[in-house]
Amino acid sequence: MTDPNLRYTDIEDDLRASVRDLLADRAAPESTLARFEAGEHDLDLWRALAELGATTLHLPEELGGQGASYRETAVVAEELGAAVAPVPFLGSAVLASAALWHLADDDDARALLSDGGAVAVLAVPLSTWDSTAELRVDGGVVGTVRSVADAAAADVLVVPADGALHLVDARAARITPVLALDQTRPLADVEFTGAPGTQVAGSGPDAVRAALLAGAGILAAEQVGLAQRCLDITVDYLRQRHQFGRPVGSFQALKHRLADLWQRIVLARAAARAAADALTTGVDVPVSVSVAQSLCAAVAVQAAEECVQLHGGIGMTWEHPAHLYLKRAKASEIALGTPGRHRAALAPLVDLPG
Amino acid sequence: MSELRERVAALLAEHDPATTERPDFLRARFDAGLAWVHFPVGLGGLGLPRAEQSLVDELLAAAGAPDNNPRRIGIGLGMAAPTILAHGTDAQRARFLRPLWTGEEPWCQLFSEPGAGSDLAALATRARRDGDDWVVTGQKVWTSSAHNARWAILIARTDPDLPKHAGLTYFVCDMTAPGVDVRPLRQLTGEAEFNEVFLTDVRIPDTDRLGDIGDGWRVARTTLMNERVAIGGRPIPREGGMIGLVARTWRERPELRTAEAHDRLLALWVESEALRLAGLRLRQELAAGSPGPEGSAMKLAFARLAQQASALEVELLAEDGLRYDDWTARRPEMVDYLGREPGYRYLRAKGNSIEGGTSEILRTIIAERILGLPVEPRVDKDVPWKDLPR
Ligand SMILES: Cc1cc2nc3c(=O)[nH]c(=O)nc-3n(C[C@H](O)[C@H](O)[C@H](O)COP(=O)(O)OP(=O)(O)OC[C@H]3O[C@@H](n4cnc5c(N)ncnc54)[C@H](O)[C@@H]3O)c2cc1C
Repeated sequence: MTDPNLRYTDIEDDLRASVRDLLADRAAPESTLARFEAGEHDLDLWRALAELGATTLHLPEELGGQGASYRETAVVAEELGAAVAPVPFLGSAVLASAALWHLADDDDARALLSDGGAVAVLAVPLSTWDSTAELRVDGGVVGTVRSVADAAAADVLVVPADGALHLVDARAARITPVLALDQTRPLADVEFTGAPGTQVAGSGPDAVRAALLAGAGILAAEQVGLAQRCLDITVDYLRQRHQFGRPVGSFQALKHRLADLWQRIVLARAAARAAADALTTGVDVPVSVSVAQSLCAAVAVQAAEECVQLHGGIGMTWEHPAHLYLKRAKASEIALGTPGRHRAALAPLVDLPG
Repeated sequence: MSELRERVAALLAEHDPATTERPDFLRARFDAGLAWVHFPVGLGGLGLPRAEQSLVDELLAAAGAPDNNPRRIGIGLGMAAPTILAHGTDAQRARFLRPLWTGEEPWCQLFSEPGAGSDLAALATRARRDGDDWVVTGQKVWTSSAHNARWAILIARTDPDLPKHAGLTYFVCDMTAPGVDVRPLRQLTGEAEFNEVFLTDVRIPDTDRLGDIGDGWRVARTTLMNERVAIGGRPIPREGGMIGLVARTWRERPELRTAEAHDRLLALWVESEALRLAGLRLRQELAAGSPGPEGSAMKLAFARLAQQASALEVELLAEDGLRYDDWTARRPEMVDYLGREPGYRYLRAKGNSIEGGTSEILRTIIAERILGLPVEPRVDKDVPWKDLPR
């Protein structure tokens, strides 16, 4: 097996800089906090990202994409994680996109994928890893899917039912936003009562599997971006906050905790890069993704929890963005398989049966 | 690249590994610049990027050529050599590097003392000038492989009136010189892997001083930086370290499996794989000429994972985990963390967070130099060494 490329290329660095600029401008913590309260997506920001090409990087040009790869998409995810930006990136640009790409021989799937304007969202619970909701086709699609990420922003729902994917106009489903632990990635329950849909040719479970692998791999990058941002703002705060006549960041108990966190982020970043590279080359995908997801999810939670704790009382307030990171980190840990589920998934893959 | 292949082919043509004595082959390899290609021409290298070494190693291994047993002479290769290259005179480089690399002259590190470990710069071993020589007296401790060493890198105090960092000078010490007394020191593993080294009026010629008088701390930093790179910085395959041994036990002994141990094993497997990838990433950055600070994370994570994985293995093994293979005070030729039985590995791994700088010291370094957190108050920094409380 040749080694994965784990560096950031110059092109990826440039891409990061432009996405970061945009987010600094348009997704400052105060505005994200306001969106959190309302539980709504920032669709203007989403369109601005689309104009940059940041939402279709991994897709080939003939499918309306940028002809780059999941490596670049992962870099965008890192920045979106760092800003906890309320855009339908995971549900649409990653999950639905990967499912449709898997079945792109189908004309309708290809048409939807290439339609830059429409937001397609994969109708699975965000917590899904190895099973999906039981939806039936009976005339139209029938059944309910709970806690679907980004569904409220959907124009078209990509619905796994009876072994196939079905494309359903969002207006034909009942989409009920729910209060989410992480309101920066809004959730909705989606109910189908015989909604007419277009069936996509090819295996639905295979397409969902491809989507969940891509989703879990890219989510790991998002988690690394979030963890790094939590570390950075915590370090900044501890440098300037004084107690006992010295910066609290000069107390060794805190320095050592942050050094440990940094060390785990170093490992998490390597694992996330490996997953993005594996999604790009198609080599060793399931192992790379589950390694990355089980580590990065936990590291993001550790970083966010340290961020709250080490900010003291201010870390507990609604005004300070620390809680946005905590909520995103905890919800992301549950999303697309908990670390424990990914470890269980690894067991047979690496010949360590229970 | 193809030029490098030609050089290897020429070496092999002139010195057939099947018929050449090992030391002769290694010397010829050094002289051909194929020892460490990133070293300068004439000193065993070709001035090439470090990354190109792996091609040479692969080609020579494929041709059945002997290697220099790098694990046996790790202190020389990893610490003494880069220091001599960076701070030595031409004469010193020419004298020391070739037999160091071939393994004919093994090295040890005379740094730590009973009163100076983490606070290495506080060391008390004295070197006094006497004509063209220095006369060195003091005690070193925890000196790995001193019993096999021909030479040592040594730091001693040449001026006690200066603050601790300023009064140090760095030397090369002949381990066969009169006054060098190496006494075995037994470890918790039972082995006598390290030593106490008593230095009594040891004469070191001034020509064996490395760097300027009083510049010993700067020179030592080169050594210590390379020590941290050397630990955990080598390419390893998946399951290459301690985790691979635990995984093997898991596969071969299904009757030992429990649900609790399973999740711990998988969690360690994940982190070990991530550590391996982080090492790979670091080397890719180095090869691209943009090394990040991630090297300091390697040793910290390596020590933690080696300890946790070896602990899991003795627990898994139950009755066998209660046993031990050998408590005799052996004098090992080299240290092999992965060698011997699980009980030994569990105990030896405890050293991983102490040797080469403790994990606590490493965390402080990461926090201050990488994260930029405020430094600890340093009350001893500007005080003459002789006035420090002891
Ligand atoms: C197996 C092994 C092989 C070794 N080989 C060599 C060798 O070949 N040559 C050589 O020169 N040395 C060698 N050493 C020595 C090693 O470098 C020292 O043991 C190490 O630097 C710690 O020093 P110390 O033992 O004096 O502990 P101390 O410095 O006394 O530390 C005691 C404890 O206090 C902690 N501590 C100390 N200062 C601080 C601080 N500022 N903040 C927080 N915690 C602190 C330490 O982490 C440690 O837990 C070896 C050690 C081992 C275990």
